[in-house]
Amino acid sequence: MSHLLEVQDLEVKFALRFGDITAIDGVSFVLDKGEKLGLVGESGAGKSVTGFSIINLISKPGYISKGKIFFKGNEISSYSDEKMRKIRGNRISMIFQDPMMTLNPVFTIGFQMVETLQAHRKISKADAQDIALEKLKKVHIPSPAQRLSQYPHELSGGMRQRIIIAISLLTEPAIIIADEPTTALDVTIQAEIMDLLQELCESDNMALILITHDLGVVSQVTEKIAVMYAGKIIEYGSTDQVVKNPIHPYTEGLIKSIPGTVIKPGEDLVQIPGMMPTLTNIPPGCAFNPRCYLKEAICTTKTPELKDAGNGILAACHLK
Amino acid sequence: MNEENTILSIKNVVKHFDISGGFLDQLRFKNGRIGLEKITVKAVNDVSLFVKKGETLSVVGESGCGKSTLARVVLGLYPPDSGEIHYGGTRIDNLSHEQMLPFRKKIQMIFQDPYASLNPRKTVQQTLEEPLRFHHPELSSNEINDKIEQVMEQVGVDQAWIKRYPHEFSGGQRQRISIARGLILDPEFIVADEPVSALDVSIQAQILNLLMKAGRERDLTYLFITHDLSVVRHISTRVAVMYLGTLCELAKAEDLFANPCHPYTKALLSAIPVVGEKRAKQIKLKGEVPTPVNLPTGCVFHARCVYANERCINQVPALLTQDNGTCVACHAVEENRVIS
Repeated sequence: MSHLLEVQDLEVKFALRFGDITAIDGVSFVLDKGEKLGLVGESGAGKSVTGFSIINLISKPGYISKGKIFFKGNEISSYSDEKMRKIRGNRISMIFQDPMMTLNPVFTIGFQMVETLQAHRKISKADAQDIALEKLKKVHIPSPAQRLSQYPHELSGGMRQRIIIAISLLTEPAIIIADEPTTALDVTIQAEIMDLLQELCESDNMALILITHDLGVVSQVTEKIAVMYAGKIIEYGSTDQVVKNPIHPYTEGLIKSIPGTVIKPGEDLVQIPGMMPTLTNIPPGCAFNPRCYLKEAICTTKTPELKDAGNGILAACHLK
Repeated sequence: MNEENTILSIKNVVKHFDISGGFLDQLRFKNGRIGLEKITVKAVNDVSLFVKKGETLSVVGESGCGKSTLARVVLGLYPPDSGEIHYGGTRIDNLSHEQMLPFRKKIQMIFQDPYASLNPRKTVQQTLEEPLRFHHPELSSNEINDKIEQVMEQVGVDQAWIKRYPHEFSGGQRQRISIARGLILDPEFIVADEPVSALDVSIQAQILNLLMKAGRERDLTYLFITHDLSVVRHISTRVAVMYLGTLCELAKAEDLFANPCHPYTKALLSAIPVVGEKRAKQIKLKGEVPTPVNLPTGCVFHARCVYANERCINQVPALLTQDNGTCVACHAVEENRVIS
């Protein structure tokens, strides 16, 4: 196993009253040291669940029903809760979407940072504070020493997201999973946070999994991209190639439906008819077939596998 | 700023909100004395705009810049503290409830969140017929049903769903119903407050196409409030950029995107991620947006602006018209200090 992270045929189900529904259906990808991967898709495509399942954050009624996850050659998907705790937040960190919700409002920033460090290492409070201060400097927070004694409500959204990034850096993780880290922020702040994440990955040779619905952000930050639809990866390859020459009709439609990509202002945008099926009601064959303009008979009967589509892209489409 | 074909003009509108709370919350101890202190959020400060018939004017800016407040002031949902709103030549901000009724038919609003803006206890039919029954009591049930059918077809909602409740629809479908409610009275003017920002990209394209189609077919005028600059570029005739409650640039859409003048507009545009392009050099702004409680003196943008000098700190810049018709409120642009 030479890869830093390898996800093999992952399947996540949610046990509901009327039976199990499959949220993630056979997702596989690899991540190497220092690599940046974008997981893209619309709400309900399963991108967040994929991110969560890597560090086993799936809570009941969800469970991983199939597949293996390897981190540095070790099968972490079989780890006990106790053992997993040594990886989660330590070797693999996570940044969540809403910076207003992620920090505990009743403790100071300093307390929360020291707590994280002491949970993973035997370290004195003073030493932990030194590391906290160093990380705050690293994320370019003005007057970092003062921030340690402040509470989350005293800071703006962008500042809080920087603090969260600093917390995720405390234990010098090998991978950061960022779940929509800038969706709640304004575009100028978003650009700053993305620059920061990119800079940190490059300086510390950290790998990044960026979960987002924003193809613009992904195409600027990541080297590889996995497009998800109804619980499956339907296109996987180098970001530049996928964005320039998308193979799967869904990816193509997704890119063309963004204003300013191919359509001139004022003209009708290319639209994908209909909407993504709910997970309880996925059509047989290719899940995208009811919305697809290329649809043929085979699409409604046989589920397409991810296969080589040239240019180093894997795509799950019968017709490409 | 009165031009021909002006349908709506906003004149020197100011809207502040008092957030100081009750008597005890206002008590302050200062310089050895107890006094009362009021805290106000200065949401909109002296904004003047006009909207021409048939155009789409977009108001853009980051959260807290006052764009939604401005939209609500236009509709009379908030009374302005000072300033005037004129619609088709009539001043509408000081009208009584009854006097305002004919204008309510002409001006409709589409809200951001399709989950919150539809009454969960009303079926699609009830939601759509209510404005008709209120404004056109003379219509018969058959006429009302015909009208509802026609509007539902136009927004692409299946008429078989007319007895359903909002929770049975997806976000995109709800937004279509919301748009249908906005269109049912045959308005002339629609204020759309972030109508697509709660939707997924593929659904967003459907709704934008629908709004543009309705605009063409019904000759509508839109005041479009959004923070999404790629959407703005796509649909707008003209764009107004707001920062901290003031208007900093007003220009034709193509001019604004090709050649932004105000330093804030430049920074804002450089921050948009474009699909398939590695990031060009982003113009970094110093610090963060100040709170609208304590507005900076002079130009509200001066603390974050690289061109700021003594004059910017002391004097509020006026909105000046450039040669190409773009209006910019910036001393540096006026003095030719901005390097493009």
